[in-house]
Amino acid sequence: MGLDRRRFLKIAGLTTLFGLGGKAAIQILAPGEVNAAVEALPLTEGKRWAMVIDTNKMDEKLMNACIEACHHEHNVPDLGNPKEEIKWIWKEDYHHSFPGQQHNYISEEVKHRNFLLMCNHCSNPPCCRVCPTKSTWQREDGVVMMDPHRCIGCRFCMAACPFGARSFNWGDPRKASKEKNPDFPTNQAYPTRSKGVVEKCNFCAERLAKGELPVCVERANKTKKNAMIFGDLSDPDSDVRAVLHKHYTIRRKPELGSEPNLFFIV
Amino acid sequence: MLEAALKGKQGYWGWLLFLLTLMGIAFGCYLYQYSEGLKITGMSRDVSWGFYIAQFTYLVGVAAGGVMVVLPYYLHDYKAFGRITILGEFLAIAAVLMCLLFIFVDLGNPVRIMNVIMYPSPKSILFWDMIVLNVYLLLNIFIGWNVLSAERKGVHYQKWVKILIYISIPWAFSIHTVTAFLYAGLPGRHFWLTAIMAPRFLASAFAAGPALLILLCLIVRKVTNFDPGKEQIRTLGGIVAYAFILNIFFLLLEVFTAFYSAIPGHTHSFVYLFAGLEGHAKLVPWMWTSAGFAVVALILLIVPATRRKEDTLAIGCAAVIISSWIDKGLGLVIGGFTPNPFDRVFEYWPTTPEVLITIGVWATGFFVLTILFKIAVSVKEEVGA
Repeated sequence: MGLDRRRFLKIAGLTTLFGLGGKAAIQILAPGEVNAAVEALPLTEGKRWAMVIDTNKMDEKLMNACIEACHHEHNVPDLGNPKEEIKWIWKEDYHHSFPGQQHNYISEEVKHRNFLLMCNHCSNPPCCRVCPTKSTWQREDGVVMMDPHRCIGCRFCMAACPFGARSFNWGDPRKASKEKNPDFPTNQAYPTRSKGVVEKCNFCAERLAKGELPVCVERANKTKKNAMIFGDLSDPDSDVRAVLHKHYTIRRKPELGSEPNLFFIV
Repeated sequence: MLEAALKGKQGYWGWLLFLLTLMGIAFGCYLYQYSEGLKITGMSRDVSWGFYIAQFTYLVGVAAGGVMVVLPYYLHDYKAFGRITILGEFLAIAAVLMCLLFIFVDLGNPVRIMNVIMYPSPKSILFWDMIVLNVYLLLNIFIGWNVLSAERKGVHYQKWVKILIYISIPWAFSIHTVTAFLYAGLPGRHFWLTAIMAPRFLASAFAAGPALLILLCLIVRKVTNFDPGKEQIRTLGGIVAYAFILNIFFLLLEVFTAFYSAIPGHTHSFVYLFAGLEGHAKLVPWMWTSAGFAVVALILLIVPATRRKEDTLAIGCAAVIISSWIDKGLGLVIGGFTPNPFDRVFEYWPTTPEVLITIGVWATGFFVLTILFKIAVSVKEEVGA
């Protein structure tokens, strides 16, 4: 870009001084180059990420594998105590996944079927509304993020989430029992959390940035093609839109208006 | 005026020492909680707020209740309350202080508390609650201190204080309204999702706050040479009676809507609290105790003879405090989280360290309250009120 290091640092420093950040320097000196680099990755283009789970294609073993893959990827330890449990993705039966939908004469198979649940990455997330420190917020592509370094641990978001998708570190996760978690942290590339902060599924934002699918989706599709579909809801040509067009799907508690972006084919 | 707090009889020092001991025990427990995390409490991912936040909610009510002596005196020129407005304001200071402490001990990351100011989030009700509570605390400190020192010097307080007093009256309503909004704006928590939450909070506040004030006035009369006054206590008794009747009325409105509509989500929390759900019934005896004391309170407060007699009024006020404390300090928060969003029941019960920390925060509040009341009463004795 015909620019020496000295001049770059000078302008980057000045723009930072005026609160514009180093990125502004790049915009001034080489407009378009950063964006072009980011846009080269197809999965980072999404405007509204969404997931469809074809529950007909999922079985216990595959669901467990997806949970295992996610918790391995994100350093979620097994604390061995349901009260303190941290879960990014978990199984729940029909009645408890969709309370209010159940009736006594539902097909035996569905009644006993488990559903894979996680954060719904709502389009209108109540958790982000209530957070007093903006530790949880919604990205432009719809992913509901969580910054464990800013969270004060007030747990207002847990009271606000109608889906029980948020977990709190009641103790120090790094002190989780070595017997149950011999190789913790399981992923050196992903940060572990400290005690006293809330955490949850992040739709694998760190993988989306690299152009990869969420790890649960990748794991599910490895065993059964199209068991889980991930894509951009705002793109009429995306896989998720095609699947939603073809199948009848349900969401959890749609009447609350939070607009969940997790769909289930039953 | 502070020097008045340094002179006292044996009983005064003994009481302060007792409170300091409780505070010390609680501080030890808090250090344990600080190092281990909130796992030492009974809270869980299902009931993620517990005893601390419940006490906070109850005490916001006590703080707001102080306005019931301020309002008649300044807006209706009801002169008799001039004698005890300072007690109402000082009670509010101690109560708000406890509120802030309860929020603090409930935080998973207390060292980051300033993030609430560094990253102001006007969409969050907690942000507004922080503002209204702190301003209410400052208003009461300013007003109480200025009016009392003017009284001591035998002069009228300065004019600008009056402006603050007029602001403090609607402000008292705001603290409990905003605290109700913490709960009443959450989707998916049916027990809390009700427009009557704020009025109900205010009604219970205007019952519990003045009820506590009546008991404090009776204690002040017994242990000092200052008599808050018969008429004052009698008028407060009337206020407690009206407010408590309203509180029970609002609660029954909730029960009607839940059970006549028969929408499961709306009834579940009530069923859990008063009958038990899916075999879980830890709170049932407590809630019926609350109901029992409510009946006692209603009888003693409604019958004119028992309301006007100070002994029976005191019992009635104690019944109001016990009943509303169980209702708000246990039922409201735990009931709101049960059943959880999956329609499952996980019960909560506070642990010993959690209870000791809670007692310690109350002790801190009463420590401050004792000192403030000592100062106020000393000034009253000095000027021969």
